[in-house]
Amino acid sequence: MNSASLTAPLASLGRATLGLMAAAGRLAMFAGSAISHLFRPPFYIAEFWRACLNIGWLSLPVVGLTALFTGAALALQIYAGSARFSAEQVVPSITAIGMVRELGPVLGGLMVAARVTSSIAAEIGTMKVTEQIDALTTLSTDPMKYLTVPRMLAATLCVPVLVGIGDIIGIMGGWMLGTSRLGFNSTTYLKVTWDFLQFWDVGSGLVKGAAFGFIVAIMGCYYGMNSQRGAQGVGRATKSAVVAASVAILTVNYLLTEAFFSA
Amino acid sequence: MIEICALTKSFGPKQVLRGVDLVVPSGKSTVIIGGSGTGKSVLLKCILGLVHPDGGKITLDGQDVTKGEREAFLTRFGMLFQGGALFDSLPVWQNVAFRLLRGSLARPKDEAREIAIEKLRRVGLGADVADLFPAELSGGMQKRVGLARAIAADPEIIFFDEPTTGLDPIMAGVINELIREIVTEMGATAITITHDMTSVRAIADRVAMIHAGKIRWEGPIAELDTTPDPYIQQFIHGRAEGPIETLR
Ligand SMILES: Nc1ncnc2c1ncn2[C@@H]1O[C@H](COP(=O)(O)OP(=O)(O)OP(=O)(O)O)[C@@H](O)[C@H]1O
Ligand SMILES: [Mg+2]
Repeated sequence: MNSASLTAPLASLGRATLGLMAAAGRLAMFAGSAISHLFRPPFYIAEFWRACLNIGWLSLPVVGLTALFTGAALALQIYAGSARFSAEQVVPSITAIGMVRELGPVLGGLMVAARVTSSIAAEIGTMKVTEQIDALTTLSTDPMKYLTVPRMLAATLCVPVLVGIGDIIGIMGGWMLGTSRLGFNSTTYLKVTWDFLQFWDVGSGLVKGAAFGFIVAIMGCYYGMNSQRGAQGVGRATKSAVVAASVAILTVNYLLTEAFFSA
Repeated sequence: MIEICALTKSFGPKQVLRGVDLVVPSGKSTVIIGGSGTGKSVLLKCILGLVHPDGGKITLDGQDVTKGEREAFLTRFGMLFQGGALFDSLPVWQNVAFRLLRGSLARPKDEAREIAIEKLRRVGLGADVADLFPAELSGGMQKRVGLARAIAADPEIIFFDEPTTGLDPIMAGVINELIREIVTEMGATAITITHDMTSVRAIADRVAMIHAGKIRWEGPIAELDTTPDPYIQQFIHGRAEGPIETLR
């Protein structure tokens, strides 16, 4: 066996790593530029409200349903676990913690990534391949300011609100299941939850939500703006945007949890 | 005056522009002709900075277009894209008035709408299309909305990328006349890309033909029919035989 065939897999691994790092660098530059545009006029207020409507308001049903069923399933699992050493009374508090600190933001973020990242990437990608982005530029409108900044800002502000609402609905899911199936007293369940939760339990989840919102919008815009030509190009951009957003959400979730844990 | 000097541009291994030299005089109508896929649209996009050339220089009134204030520079231009490039999330009138609703040329909404409806009328579209969305229009109608958008802010320099393709002969005539009017009455500088020889004769003060990545021939419209250049002769008479290969 010659040395070339031995190093070939290594070389392709190296190329893939370099490619990934270059892509991460381009993405970081894109995000940095989007943030810097946030502070420089002109500001497109109408675009911002439109983005809030799309990203926040219209995502409510999806996020609410996800939270409801997750909360209920979580309460059931925690009951199953805690019953093994007769600690069923922890169900309300652990359900609340699990929901507020972890599952609310993560599942909410992933659902928004599925719904919003894909639609942003497909919309901007289509605009790119039909020369609408070029047309914006020739009409003295910076696509970064007109398309990216409003979506980025709206997602960063709206997703924490969605997460907060999801938290409440998720806890309600647990409560419904706990009172109807597991024999908990309704007032006690809610009182235990309320007394147990600390400010930072909820706060850390909301911070995660803001980070996920930022990721969701930036990935959609970045992949859309860099879409290749044709319908296939838009399809590929959309797929990459959703995958990248989901992976980034899970990674950042771990890093933030670690940071909050040690703080 | 726009001066293009030794402009080159490749996409991957494909050399599209191989040293284009062209002078576009102010207040005149220049028409660019040439085979499909020879880089005419790319040339216009290079001037506007939408495509970054690999080499060469473009100046507007003696100033390098890549330097200086982008926004002020682009405010002088209007562009009709080959595919229309209308914003499909906005109704027709907001497409046309896009520039008049934001930025340095912003004005009250109803005034902008009035101007938009007037420009739509000039491209042969009634006020009833103003509130439709681009997706509800036919291809030719979309093209004309794109045209109305290009001229909405009365720019000094206007690029038309195939303004009459997809239009019926009467409407094509109306558009040719409109372009002519914009140049002679408003003193605008126009660059038009077209494959339609009737349009060339109706619009052009000067004609430039692009072939194999370079300007093959350039001159006043009056010389178009008399030039002995075999490339021009083959092109304007639409002959299959000649120096221009048909397999491209
Ligand atoms: N963004 C791009 N990426 C890759 N190749 C491109 C790109 N834009 C243009 N090209 C290539 O450059 C060449 C010239 O394209 P261009 O659109 O300028 O042609 P054209 O002269 O306008 O043709 P037509 O008359 O058919 O519109 C084509 O071969 C095209 O494939
Ligand atoms: Mg073209």
